Amino acid sequence: MKILTGNDLATGDVVWWTGTGWSIHVDDAIDVGDKGEQIGKAEEAAQRVNVPYVIDAARDGTAVRPAHIKDRIRALGPTVRLDLGLKPADPTAGNWVI
Amino acid sequence: MYAYDQYDQAMVDARVAEFRDQTARRLAGQLTEDQFKPLRLMNGLYLQLHAYMLRVAIPYGTLSGRQMRMLAHIARKYDRDYGHFTTRQNIQYNWIRLADAPDILADLASVEMHAIQTSGNCIRNISSDQYAGVSADEVTDPRPLAELLRQWSSFHPEFTYLPRKFKICVIASEQDRAAMRLHDIGIELVKKDGEIGARIFVGGGMGRTPMVAPEIRDFVPFGQVVSYLEACLRVYNRYGRRDNKYKARIKILVHELGADEYRARVEQEFAQMKTLGLDPPLAELERIAAHFAPPPYETGLSDAIDLSDRDFAQWVSTQVKPHKVPGYAIVNISLKPIGGIPGDASSAQIDLMADLAERYSFDELRVTHAQNIVLAHVRKADLPALWKALEGADLATANLDLISDIIACPGLDYCSLANARSIPVAQKIAQRFADVGRQQELGELKLKISGCINACGHHHAGNIGILGVDRKGVENYQLLLGGSGAEDVALGQITGPGFDEDGIVDAVEKATDVYLANRTEGERFVDTFRRIGMAPFKEALYA
Repeated sequence: MKILTGNDLATGDVVWWTGTGWSIHVDDAIDVGDKGEQIGKAEEAAQRVNVPYVIDAARDGTAVRPAHIKDRIRALGPTVRLDLGLKPADPTAGNWVI
Repeated sequence: MYAYDQYDQAMVDARVAEFRDQTARRLAGQLTEDQFKPLRLMNGLYLQLHAYMLRVAIPYGTLSGRQMRMLAHIARKYDRDYGHFTTRQNIQYNWIRLADAPDILADLASVEMHAIQTSGNCIRNISSDQYAGVSADEVTDPRPLAELLRQWSSFHPEFTYLPRKFKICVIASEQDRAAMRLHDIGIELVKKDGEIGARIFVGGGMGRTPMVAPEIRDFVPFGQVVSYLEACLRVYNRYGRRDNKYKARIKILVHELGADEYRARVEQEFAQMKTLGLDPPLAELERIAAHFAPPPYETGLSDAIDLSDRDFAQWVSTQVKPHKVPGYAIVNISLKPIGGIPGDASSAQIDLMADLAERYSFDELRVTHAQNIVLAHVRKADLPALWKALEGADLATANLDLISDIIACPGLDYCSLANARSIPVAQKIAQRFADVGRQQELGELKLKISGCINACGHHHAGNIGILGVDRKGVENYQLLLGGSGAEDVALGQITGPGFDEDGIVDAVEKATDVYLANRTEGERFVDTFRRIGMAPFKEALYA
């Protein structure tokens, strides 16, 4: 699947396109097919997101896993500070990145 | 320490107001990201992997307790309660909200700090020796010149849009603690026939094309250094490439022209520049130098230190260095606890170091390019109390210049340019060599890790260097041996094929085994490598 990502303009948070807006949770990302670039340009022009780009990912049940390690780290947070990431209670969360 | 005059303060305050307006316009949708990006970068605000990142300048790595406390305040109020001290003697915050950035800059300005020229193709923060002013081996204090160059390079209209970023380092001793010859311009202050002047090296750097700067002039009179640097920069600005950012650093120009031709062009330019009155009058040099007068040291102090506590003795032998004044010592505070993140400090730790500087070191701290902190003027009698206070805050690790004193860039955990993570590798290596006795047995061994070819982790200059690369989406680590950023400067050599994350830790251990098996009396790791060459190491690594 193809998913669309960028950074929130005001906070800089990593965000994922949900079909109707942006979420900080990668699992909310939808398959944008071949529309990702078009959506990204429109959202950037509307000043809602910074530097949007399309990436490859795979869906596993309700979970979405970006294909490249860089985007998995963007999705989770620093692997060396899991307490600052989106799954602070899960000490094994970093394994998902690798 | 230097204190802002009315001009310094007015410039910084004006920049805060300007950036506040620019940020408001961006948040209101009146500026696009393409329009705003160069403006925020001029104020040190990057968009990194997880959020905006702010890089704050710490001129030549020196700051007061009050300034250090402000860094803690910013970490606490605007970030996630920590900061990251960098290999350029700066500090970075990783979780900044755009709307907060102007307030942060205003807070910084209130203590004579800023983030100006911490990004962009301009002259960046001037770096220097963390032992400046207190080391017995220096010919003079390099900080007054560093400060003069800070003022000269700040908002310099001709050098605001150079072909590429530009880094200058000033030292004043033969022992190089600042990787001077790996800068675009390295300056070593020297004494010749009783006169202080500058030995100038141009065209060093790391990154994808590492080079050691050749000497361009063996002596520039102190009073003409600004003119000479103007000439160096002018030649670069005119002839440096702008068509390819990977060929745009001054090292490429010096290399392609050859040092002799570059020197000739600089001399031609210098002949004109030095007649234009660009160099500051003696009174201005004296005004700046007065800010760096030695603090009021006590006299008649004892040099005795009670080393009956084994852990304290260990810390003293590793972290404490000789001071030029009897009864005083230089204290290195490690920001490399075993398993920690190199260069990271919590707001509480930053506050504590500020308090300790105020109490024990004439209210002054230095940040080192090795991502540690120095208290430069500690009475030897105060060392036990200082050590106790540091120990209680996980700041008393005794590993200066040992294998666990690892320089590491933020790597793929934070940086959008990185290809591989640096910090977890640093943590695993430090844990592998956690035993203090084992580290001591290995002796001086500088290990440096970069998460990409840009080399912010100085891997080219590591006795052992590690470069993280992306191999088809998987992190891979190349090993380099034999580099040095010190006075015996050398670029490391790649051993061969790379390793995975666990494999690189094993590879480092094998390299140290080869060293231990081959060293002679008193030889450091890098000495043994130079004597026996790469072959025995390759044999062990790839058997």
